[in-house]
Amino acid sequence: MAIRSRKTGKPAPRQMAPQGTLARAPKKAAERGIAAAQKSRTNGRPEPWVGRRYLRKEDPRLIQGISHYADDLRLPGMLHCVFVRSPHAYARIAGIHTGAARSSPGVVAVYTASDTKALGVVPCAGALPDLKIPRHPVLAEGHVRHVGEPVAAVIAEDLYQARDAAEKVQVEYDPLPAVVDPEKALAGTNFVHASVKSNQAFTHQLKNGDVDAAFSRADRVVKARFVNQRLAPVSMETRGVVAQYLPGEKTLTVWSSTQIPHLLKTQVALILGVPETHVRVVTPEVGGGFGSKLNVYREEAVVPFAAMQLGRPVKWSESRRENIAATIHGRDQINYVELALKKNGTILGMRARVISDLGAYHQLLTPIIPTLTALLISGCYKIGALQCDVVGVFTNKMATDAYRGAGRPEATYIIERMVDLAARELNLDPAEIRRRNFPKPREYPFATITGITYDSGNYENAMKKALELAGYSRLRARQKDAWKRGKYYGVGLSTYVEICAMGPSTAMPAGGWESGTVRVEPTGKITVLTGASPHGQGQETTFAQIVADIFGLTPDDVNIVHGDTAAVPYGIGTFGSRATAVGGTAMYIAAQKVKAKMAAIAAHLLGEKAAAMNFSAGRVGTKKKSLGFGEVVGAAYVARNLPPGVEPGLEATHFFEPSNFTFPFGTHVVSCEVDAETGHIRIDKYVAVDDCGNVINPLLVEGQIHGGIVQGVSQALFEEVIYNEDGQLVTGTLMDYSMPKAAQVPEFILERTCTPSPVNPMGVKGVGEAGTIASTPAVVNAVCDALRPLGITHIDMPLKPEKVWRAIQQARAAAAS
Amino acid sequence: MIPANFDYQAPSSVEQAIALLESSHEAKLLAGGHSLLPAMKLRLAEPALLIDLGRIPGLSYVREAGAQVALGAMTTHAAIAESPLLASRSPLLSRAARQIGDVQVRNRGTIGGSIAHADPAADYPAALLALDAEIVARGRKGERTIPAREFFSGLFSTTLLSGELITEIRVPATTGAGTSYAKFHHPASGFAVVGVAAVVKMASGKIQSAAIGITGVADHAYRAGAAERALVNQPASAIAGACSRAAEGVDALGDHFASAEYRKHLAAVYCRRAVQEAMAAKA
Repeated sequence: MAIRSRKTGKPAPRQMAPQGTLARAPKKAAERGIAAAQKSRTNGRPEPWVGRRYLRKEDPRLIQGISHYADDLRLPGMLHCVFVRSPHAYARIAGIHTGAARSSPGVVAVYTASDTKALGVVPCAGALPDLKIPRHPVLAEGHVRHVGEPVAAVIAEDLYQARDAAEKVQVEYDPLPAVVDPEKALAGTNFVHASVKSNQAFTHQLKNGDVDAAFSRADRVVKARFVNQRLAPVSMETRGVVAQYLPGEKTLTVWSSTQIPHLLKTQVALILGVPETHVRVVTPEVGGGFGSKLNVYREEAVVPFAAMQLGRPVKWSESRRENIAATIHGRDQINYVELALKKNGTILGMRARVISDLGAYHQLLTPIIPTLTALLISGCYKIGALQCDVVGVFTNKMATDAYRGAGRPEATYIIERMVDLAARELNLDPAEIRRRNFPKPREYPFATITGITYDSGNYENAMKKALELAGYSRLRARQKDAWKRGKYYGVGLSTYVEICAMGPSTAMPAGGWESGTVRVEPTGKITVLTGASPHGQGQETTFAQIVADIFGLTPDDVNIVHGDTAAVPYGIGTFGSRATAVGGTAMYIAAQKVKAKMAAIAAHLLGEKAAAMNFSAGRVGTKKKSLGFGEVVGAAYVARNLPPGVEPGLEATHFFEPSNFTFPFGTHVVSCEVDAETGHIRIDKYVAVDDCGNVINPLLVEGQIHGGIVQGVSQALFEEVIYNEDGQLVTGTLMDYSMPKAAQVPEFILERTCTPSPVNPMGVKGVGEAGTIASTPAVVNAVCDALRPLGITHIDMPLKPEKVWRAIQQARAAAAS
Repeated sequence: MIPANFDYQAPSSVEQAIALLESSHEAKLLAGGHSLLPAMKLRLAEPALLIDLGRIPGLSYVREAGAQVALGAMTTHAAIAESPLLASRSPLLSRAARQIGDVQVRNRGTIGGSIAHADPAADYPAALLALDAEIVARGRKGERTIPAREFFSGLFSTTLLSGELITEIRVPATTGAGTSYAKFHHPASGFAVVGVAAVVKMASGKIQSAAIGITGVADHAYRAGAAERALVNQPASAIAGACSRAAEGVDALGDHFASAEYRKHLAAVYCRRAVQEAMAAKA
């Protein structure tokens, strides 16, 4: 049986080991079958698992629907929680009448702020000097400040009873005029929080170089205003919380669909005043998060509170409408930007004002997100001087926070749109102006004007490859031809760099390290405990590939355990494309420690030097003398013949602190056709060349790129959370909020370049957000490029047909007059 | 997403269903449920009694009926989309059915349920109007046939009387005419922002007659009379001008996705496209 070459590009089946061998001699499979299969292809050297298109270990249980999400949990005596939420954007609560609800069938309790006011508040990790952090109670106190804010929690024997009783909670509201427009809010005197006496939550300035001088030296200055619209993350699985309190043991267990089980454990303990030693957080299967579950929510405090009060388990599952109204939103910035340029395209300086609509309350990272926009605003270019002013604004909306890319898509959109506008102003090709401002490969590590250091890169190489793949000159010829025929065909580029592997602790609000524990069990199987918290990324597979290579085993011999604070040492979680580069590295180093110990034991038993021990195909030793992997493990646990000074057992933990972020990059090229009659946009071709350093599993990298591109294209064309002038949420269901569908996106042509990161031993960078970051400006650039003959320079996202049609109508009217 | 309390009955005959319908002022018929059940889950609809028509035999069929094709009210969109009889005799309805929702909706949703619901952006009404279809309704007093033009009366409202339910829809064979359904999909809901159904007969290079049904623009689907009249006896070169009258005199709806003005513009564009496509389509 031959293993298919990864060069064929075909996914190899997960069961790569010969079936017959496995069936006949399961115990020896790892030692014999794999080796035999691999030797035939690699001249005796086993092919590493890392780098293979290995199918996900998670998928069989997920696809069959036999695994467990929060909503699948059924505990004896479990009660159900339904929240009563504000229908108003802003109102004073004149009274809450819960009597009818309390006497409704099956109702056990109804909680309001009068029950929860002694609890702690929803945490915010922001630490900016002038940051205003208004009280963020777990249930609304005195006022409601956005549609969907929880006012009361109804607990009943079953979900139907809870839902019916929730209708009977009568809340008297005195509606107040809503604060909706962030620019007006800054100047206005109607405050979201009377206690703050301003809608300005914070300011933040990033300034470097002589900006005024750069602008006075400039041959041209290009200016623009961009709206980066508000988006809803809409993960496939909504949020969900189940809590159980055992009064005798005094232990509180919280199952939550979260990306940060350990941080949640700490915060639940603080909010509820329970010793952290007695709190356990478990993440069941988590069906996606995109950053929306990188948070601590009111419901994650109220549900455990109810479970403690009642001494019975309580479950809450978020509906899709709640998910759109009361789970964090992303983006929502207004940007005023100026570029100072020389005639040859050199970017001398940049000024930017970022107005960030924060919503009504800070969630965990709300004020931090727009500061990341400032950090990345120079993109992949050498810029002489920069001033970026960020202002955060309170409005009567749900909080914005981390959503796939979190501040970096906004930055990339700003700089990539600006560079395109500059190219147009200077009559340069958009690819050429980019090339002229890239740092050269020898300039890495490259210190940016924003004060960070790009670890490694070769931007020109990725761009060149993408332009070749796209057939750039042919696309331009096609465009000329289309224009001649009165059709509108455009080509858009986005050359991006982004910030991954978040990231050194000095740059993070609550630690940027990660933990990893590797334990070889007495049977020779390996348990890995990781502080990362995969929720769709597939790290049960990729981490197993990494560890399998280290020990000369197969991924099926390695089980990745995550998301249970009782089992896993403290960790930070999964977000900011950090799990592999930081969490994977922690595990990698822990595995090396265990391997070194096993080598010492094997060498002792074989009478060889530890340095000569080779781990391959289920054996440990040299070519001439070796032991089965299980024999060495047995020796470590039986512990009768260990080398002097070596402890029994095979387990190591490593807490990895990265020295820097990593900076993946690439180029996306989009061509599209605009139907001038209707404003409808059809994407014709999509080419992406991404560089995320070394790759553990190309299949999963492609999956991340695919999903990322779709989400980014969707921002460009479809998605928009709309609050009307009264602060009412207009796009409250998926009938109005446009999620992308397979038929609405093109086929993707993907390639990679590989520039390993020097920041971690595996040379990996991260890829979770790259597609989202790169794709949005590429699409908008393509559309604006298509409409060039009409003199249209910019249309704000989403590029809805009517908006595009109106821009065309206006341009034609202007040309005619 | 929990509906309010309701009673549920699954009658085994149309007569039983009618009796149940008359027994409660707050009864709703369940005929696929792809609009009703979501509305109930959002508590936008709270019927006291749900009468499930799914257990009544003999309401799902597509069969020849003289010069017409008759469809049982409980025939699913999928069955209509795939019907060989419709494909050969009256393909317009299949074209519209193919563009409804997604596979799940088409497998569960029924034509009777859809037209009784009368969503202003539903696809069938445009086609039924253009075809001059007939809707057969039955009540306690017996059966009556309602021309499609007299059936759709407003936003989510029809001329069905209380106590009546739809049993059959009849569409004429369109042999000798070209038909088309041109639709601008709402990206989120999949409903028609504008949908134009056209039945066009040609004679010696000119349009002999055109029947045009338009959905999505107004509070209910309508026949584009002004455009139809302007098309008669005209050559292909006059189509665009005639179709610019597709929403003439129509009180258009607008929302955050498409304003009234834009919908009227789209009606003209999609009218032209539908007529051109119908002319090109094999009769």
